[in-house]
Amino acid sequence: MSDLQNAGQTIAQPPAGNPATAAAPASTSSRKGRIPLPQSTLLRHLLAVVLCAVAAVVLLESTDPFRNSQLATLTYYAIAAGGLTVLTGLNGQISLGHGALMAVGAYTTGLFLSADEPLPLPVVFLAAIVVTALVGAVVGAAASRLHGPYLAGATLALAVGLPGLALKFKGTLGGEQGLRVRAPRAPEWFGDAIKTLTGNPATATKWLAYVGAIALLVTYFLLANLIRSRIGRTWRAVRDNDVAAELAGIRLGSWRVLAFVVSAACAGLGGAVLAIVVRLAAPSAFTLVLSLALLTAIVLGGLGSLLGALIGSALLVFLPQVTTDLGSAAGLDGTEAAQLAPFVYGVVLVAAMIFAPAGIVGTIRLRWLAQRAKRAVARETGR
Amino acid sequence: MQQFIDTTLSGLAQGMVFAAFALALVLIWRSTRIVNFAQGSMAMATTFVALALIQAGWNYWAALAAALVSGFVLGAVVERVVIRRVEGGPELNAVIVTLGLFVAIQAAVAIIAGSSFQSFPAPFGLRGFTIGGNTIALTPNRVYVIAAVLLTMALLVALFRFTRVGLAMRAAAFGQEVARLLGVRVGRMLTLGWALAAVVGSLAGLLIAGGSFVYPAYMDSLIVFGFVAAVLGGLDSPIGAVVGGLLLGLALSYVSAYFGGSSVVNLAALVILVVVLLVRPGGLFASTVARRA
Repeated sequence: MSDLQNAGQTIAQPPAGNPATAAAPASTSSRKGRIPLPQSTLLRHLLAVVLCAVAAVVLLESTDPFRNSQLATLTYYAIAAGGLTVLTGLNGQISLGHGALMAVGAYTTGLFLSADEPLPLPVVFLAAIVVTALVGAVVGAAASRLHGPYLAGATLALAVGLPGLALKFKGTLGGEQGLRVRAPRAPEWFGDAIKTLTGNPATATKWLAYVGAIALLVTYFLLANLIRSRIGRTWRAVRDNDVAAELAGIRLGSWRVLAFVVSAACAGLGGAVLAIVVRLAAPSAFTLVLSLALLTAIVLGGLGSLLGALIGSALLVFLPQVTTDLGSAAGLDGTEAAQLAPFVYGVVLVAAMIFAPAGIVGTIRLRWLAQRAKRAVARETGR
Repeated sequence: MQQFIDTTLSGLAQGMVFAAFALALVLIWRSTRIVNFAQGSMAMATTFVALALIQAGWNYWAALAAALVSGFVLGAVVERVVIRRVEGGPELNAVIVTLGLFVAIQAAVAIIAGSSFQSFPAPFGLRGFTIGGNTIALTPNRVYVIAAVLLTMALLVALFRFTRVGLAMRAAAFGQEVARLLGVRVGRMLTLGWALAAVVGSLAGLLIAGGSFVYPAYMDSLIVFGFVAAVLGGLDSPIGAVVGGLLLGLALSYVSAYFGGSSVVNLAALVILVVVLLVRPGGLFASTVARRA
């Protein structure tokens, strides 16, 4: 259907199972020197999750509380961006409303945690996911009949309109000031475990960062498996050629709605983590800029790639600090310097679309695949 | 009754601005099949140009002219430098590029002019006319707004109907290949189309700013309203955009007056948009068969 989406396909589909055979017939020689990976997709993903979990623990334990809180921020951006990259990269539907969907998750979490006897955190998260998924189903049902600019406009209206609900229902949702969220305390065993493991004190920030990291790993594990499953393949078929997909017996509407629901569920979880990390759910946190920032993250990282979504989210977290410092050094005052980050997002969106529509991960992978193909050809002809 | 008339009048004045904005979107959509989500930001930027000039002591009309000229230049530059590279490509790429422009321009203005609310002068009075002892919601400024939009539309119609340039622009939008074979400089026509659309959008921004406050995000909801109005009219039809704008202006005015105030206006626009897209995806006056989703 399009360059962008074809690029996305290449990103999303490293030949499953036996990577070497797909591109180069001379597989025995090209396998030499490669790390042997498990054949089963599930095992490979589990291995990746374990490695990432270890990396997360090392990262969280070796950094100060400020970095911890930044990493907690990274987790909720990455969760929402992961959902969005599945929707946009795999199923070809754009959404500018994910900021608003995060708001749904955040407000749900805030309301559930404000009860006198709050439910356990995983249950609250599940509730946030379910509520947001329901909203996503409604939006997705409308969105499944739209494409391109129409879909963008409709979800844009969602992003601008939904925060108005918080102003309308001041009593329960707190109006402009927002809803204060009572973040749950770290349980005893967490403090003990951290102390015995590393000797570091277990702060509240660190607990929230761990909660975010666990939510992130679970989400990405599930999404990665979904992408490689029949569902993911069907989504790609719907994206690449809807007519052919329909002829093959795929019901376009339901699959588009399903993609939106899965994506919204991720946004809901992202919003839930945001609520407990920021301890506040306010309309000013869920502006259009948030939705567009998520879009920047997935476009820059590479549409359809979870690794790309993670890299893009890291940019969202660490870039504002860098640009604000640069701006202050250049003599801008605080509020002006704070605007440098959205400026860079915008420029990055435009530049990425013009010069590297496949994003960071996609571009690197395309280069790498081209190199490998070239080497294989050279070997064939040299023989 | 008094309230109903006032609501209707303010809805009409608002609807005129929506109509102008929707018209700008439709102009671009017809020629390049791109919805310009950066339209609001571009209009906001030119409004700030006018504001800076007025604060420097220019009179309103000179500043208005300067702002429209800067809108023309901005539109042309944006098309030539950025949009040209994604024209005719995947539709998602173009959407993302205009969104990027939207954010970048808005942030750039915030860096240069600051994010605070600044009052923008109105060229005419803001007190309503008095009829039979009652003050109605029709102010001299609103009359000016309506007249300015009507004049712009008349000029556009004249341009497309009666001039060679207008004919060439229509040809370029109708069939690029054929127009090129017949000697129309299609690229130049597309640039001109974007520039004209930016002028119309800028005018909408200046009109809605008059007698009110401007800040870098003040056009955010107008881009939504303009889009809804354009979709109401079918995105392809200039007349539809105008009627859609007026209908939307009235609808939102009634919602604001009778159903729960200004905080739900954006939500009402969303509901209208979704209903229209689901029931009549080609718009209320669809002249062509709607493309399949």
